[in-house]
Amino acid sequence: MSDLNLTPNIAGADDFYAELLATHEGLSKADSDALNARLVLVLANHIGDRAILSQALAAAALKSEE
Amino acid sequence: MNKIFEIPLYAYERSADQDAETPVRRKVVVVGAGPIGLGAAIDFAQQGIEVVVLDDNDKVSFGSRAVCYAKRPLEILDRLGCGKPMVDKGVEWNIGKVFFDERQVYQFDLLPEDGHEFPAFINLQQYYFEEYMVNRVRELQEQGAPIEIRGRNKVLKVEEKTDHAAILVDTPEGQYHLEADWLIACDGATSPIRGMMGLDFVGRIFEDNFLIADVIMEAEFPTERWFWFDPPFNKGQSALLHKQPDGVWRIDLQLGWDIDKEEEKKPENVIPRLKAMLGDDVEFELEWVSIYTFQCRRMETFRKGRVLFAGDAAHQVSPFGARGANSGLQDTDNLVWKMKLIFDGIADESLLDSYDYERIHGADENILNSSRSTDFITPKSDMSRVLRDAVLDLSEVHEFARPLVNSGRLSVPCTYDGSPLNSADALLDGPARTRPGSPCPDVPLGDEFLLPKLGDKFTLLTIDAEAPDSIEESGITVTRLALSTKTDPTQMLKERFLGEAESGVYLIRPDQHVAARRPSFDETLIRAAIRRAIGKE
Repeated sequence: MSDLNLTPNIAGADDFYAELLATHEGLSKADSDALNARLVLVLANHIGDRAILSQALAAAALKSEE
Repeated sequence: MNKIFEIPLYAYERSADQDAETPVRRKVVVVGAGPIGLGAAIDFAQQGIEVVVLDDNDKVSFGSRAVCYAKRPLEILDRLGCGKPMVDKGVEWNIGKVFFDERQVYQFDLLPEDGHEFPAFINLQQYYFEEYMVNRVRELQEQGAPIEIRGRNKVLKVEEKTDHAAILVDTPEGQYHLEADWLIACDGATSPIRGMMGLDFVGRIFEDNFLIADVIMEAEFPTERWFWFDPPFNKGQSALLHKQPDGVWRIDLQLGWDIDKEEEKKPENVIPRLKAMLGDDVEFELEWVSIYTFQCRRMETFRKGRVLFAGDAAHQVSPFGARGANSGLQDTDNLVWKMKLIFDGIADESLLDSYDYERIHGADENILNSSRSTDFITPKSDMSRVLRDAVLDLSEVHEFARPLVNSGRLSVPCTYDGSPLNSADALLDGPARTRPGSPCPDVPLGDEFLLPKLGDKFTLLTIDAEAPDSIEESGITVTRLALSTKTDPTQMLKERFLGEAESGVYLIRPDQHVAARRPSFDETLIRAAIRRAIGKE
């Protein structure tokens, strides 16, 4: 079984981060929240693997590994 | 013309039991003449077991109430002799449309699997459903079956005794005492019997109200299930439109928690809501309006001594997914054959422990599914609404999000995985859908179908396998039904029961669930499987 990758994995990390901010640029708080929610769902579907998703939820909740 | 639900179908009549010097002892007393109570009573009567049904009313359900009936309950009702009239009268539907705000986000087709005698779903008002069951009771009575419905017989008290339940009944002509070897409580979600016996009923309360209206109209809406999230005519809430027979449409409108129920039910408040939904130019007439709230909960155990609980009395779910009446009929389908074996001295009372195990398993599955639907339909926090709306917005554009949309996961029968009555699966290449504990799927056999051939007795189904024509074990006669994939033009028998296996032998219970399966007949193991299926191994 594969594990959630929690080591640096994005080439051009600064570019990605800037693009993420740019996507939110000019949006109201409500529209930004909605965009984040859609983004989570899109990414979750791409990952697909239920075990990885559970690990990702725990990592995002800042829970330490068992 | 009077509506069927305005006519007393089982008017009060004095029973000789009311004049007896000492309380009369009855074999089985069923309390409640709703779909579940009548289903139990018809099943008992068909097995030749004396049964008396007590109901505090004398009419069928007022208003449409439970409106959506699934395939498995229809198959059970066919075994009870009243499934076909329901299908003939009911409305079949396959297309569902999902709307969000002002737009349709997508539509789905239930795409029912071919090769089943009964449809995936029908819509039918509960009053017709009960009427056809009462008709079946009358038919059984004409044939001399020991079944009786006593209208306006209200149970006031139930006392649990060692070998019976003592019942105090109120009638228009005063009270009388009655005893029951066994009492089956099918008296609904508010079960007075459960209350009288001080039994628990815990779970989750959903703080919401729904307005349901039966509307008679000549409208152009197609025979589809339409579900709205946050529509312009009911901002921030949900709505459902469903077609029923006789030009009656069922509308459910979510109202939220903080409302005045009596005010909301008044026609002067209901009609503008419906006009906003249907359009100003649609002529309609209100047949019935009600407001409901719901909970998702169940009893800790469905049996207390000689009293057994079934249907909403034992477990309650939200209406999303049509898991109330549909699951209740599976309760009594599970219960009655076991009681018959106990009455015949073939099984011990401990067999009833499996009723608890199997139907609690079913209830928990239904509660889980209906709670999740409710959480999606009525988000309870800001973030759950944000996520819900994100799913709906994405579903319009991207297919991946559509399975996440939850406007009700429609009732399917549960597989009794882990039941003590199951034997370990020995048909390892067999399809998962027919593993031990599963309800048998139907299969076309020429002009006929499989399920009616299984009936309500233990069956040894052999597919391309040899076995004796019948086996006697522990007082049970198991009759063989020999089928072959060579005479299976649709190959559905192979697909549903063999999969990759060359041959199969299935032991099937009277409720048409699989007890055991193997590639070939092995007398010792099949005998053990029969004993296990009746709680004796």
